Amino acid sequence: MDISVIQNIVYIFSSILFITGIKMLGREDTAVKGNFLSALAMLVAVLVTFINISDPLILVAGIGFGAAIGSLIALKVKMTSIPEMVALFNGFGGLATFLIAWSEFNSTPDNLFQHILIMTTVYIGGITFTGSLIAYGKLAEKIQIVKTSFITKLFTTIFYISLAFLVYSALVTPILATNFEFFTVLLVLTLIGGIGFVLPIGGGDMPVVISLLNSFSGIAAAFAGLLLLNNVLIVAGSLVGASGLILTIIMAKAMNRSIGNILFVGYASASSSNSAEEQGEVNPINVSDAYLILENASSVLIVPGYGMAVAQAQHVVRELGELLEENGTEVKYGIHPVAGRMPGHMNVLLAEANVSYDVLAEPEDVNPTMDSVDVAVVIGANDVVNPSATEEPGSPIYGMPIIEVHNAKTVFVLKRSMSSGFAGVQNPLFFKQNTRMLFGDAKDSIGGIVSEFKD
Amino acid sequence: MEDYILLGFVLILSIYLGLELISKVPSTLHTPLMSGANAISGIALVGALLLSVDSQLQTALAFLAVTFASINVFGGYLVTNRMLKMFKKK
Repeated sequence: MDISVIQNIVYIFSSILFITGIKMLGREDTAVKGNFLSALAMLVAVLVTFINISDPLILVAGIGFGAAIGSLIALKVKMTSIPEMVALFNGFGGLATFLIAWSEFNSTPDNLFQHILIMTTVYIGGITFTGSLIAYGKLAEKIQIVKTSFITKLFTTIFYISLAFLVYSALVTPILATNFEFFTVLLVLTLIGGIGFVLPIGGGDMPVVISLLNSFSGIAAAFAGLLLLNNVLIVAGSLVGASGLILTIIMAKAMNRSIGNILFVGYASASSSNSAEEQGEVNPINVSDAYLILENASSVLIVPGYGMAVAQAQHVVRELGELLEENGTEVKYGIHPVAGRMPGHMNVLLAEANVSYDVLAEPEDVNPTMDSVDVAVVIGANDVVNPSATEEPGSPIYGMPIIEVHNAKTVFVLKRSMSSGFAGVQNPLFFKQNTRMLFGDAKDSIGGIVSEFKD
Repeated sequence: MEDYILLGFVLILSIYLGLELISKVPSTLHTPLMSGANAISGIALVGALLLSVDSQLQTALAFLAVTFASINVFGGYLVTNRMLKMFKKK
């Protein structure tokens, strides 16, 4: 039998493993096994590809090099840095497809369709690469740039130019695509365009961007598969494209905004109509009073947000939860899908701190019984608990599903200062009768309550 | 051209399959799913291995593509595994 036939049969086997793997990855009890199956699928596909490679030395060196770097990063990284690590790895996947398509251009493709495919693959791969790098920089807080700054506008403009350039070259005058100088311009424009794609998007919208870039890296791999006539690339790439798309849609829905609005408009255009003056005064509280109220509560809902991640407070939060349970209090965690900087961010942090996942509840599970909750403790969350989303039709976040902590008997809000959330919208929750503000670093505040419990 | 049509067929069906398979994922698993899917996109590694290496430029491109795809594969799977190991019910 021909070697390529054997290879293709093994590729089909590998595709089945990928499909089973990603299916199992979507369920709590089978997720570890699912990840293992998909790694096995990768191993099988890579090994069988080596059969007819005549000079494997340099390629094996590349794999060894990449494996060393990748493993080192993966095993060293702190769990709190997971969002930026995922972004970085994703960018490297995009870069690989970008390079593949570039190399294929140099193998002098013989038909127009291949040219268009090469340009599209270069484009998606390149946007994924530099876009993910910017997302990495933003998540690691290495890039802090204002949306309205000149640099952001410049890069955003180049992004639109690059997009127009791709559409023009692929659809209007595809013959130009065979031109080397023209192709070089595309390479450069694409890489700069990727920067401009992500630069204007704010930190709070990162869950959407990361999911979308994840989807892009899959689509880029699938297109590279079309280019190389390789079916396992197409199947695996499409699965990633689909899963990224689903996450993107879930995130956008959780913010009640369209994907287009998140990517290209942002909150800035929807500037708040309500001014701060009508809000009234806040009621601060100190650690010992907070402790007394918590000690007498029979049910407590903890609502974490990005602030908990920043303060690294997840471990003391878990400790507080355990002490409350020992005290006979029912403790639950209300997790909003877009709390944090990536999909499921809060879940990962709390899992790292050893919080059992069956006490983590979604907004629709906790909202109906909110009025029976004695104390809702909001830790570094803001927009996801803003009652304007249900009460003020004029608010930019009106319609966004929130965790309705304002319906609880008492609300503690742990916050460093009175600044507004990412959306720049005032939060009337802080001024409600049943709200007590516990100012200061979340880790210190919770730590204070924990030591009061221990005394 | 027939190849492309057949493979395009595979592409569409796989996307549809992916959408069906993962449409009801619990939010606890959003991050591991994303990170695991990200590792799968390292399948570009297979593509990188298939590149022709006739010129110096192409050899360099293939080497870089293999290296970066490998970082994606190894880093992605290991991080996902580390994360999933933390999720447990008491």
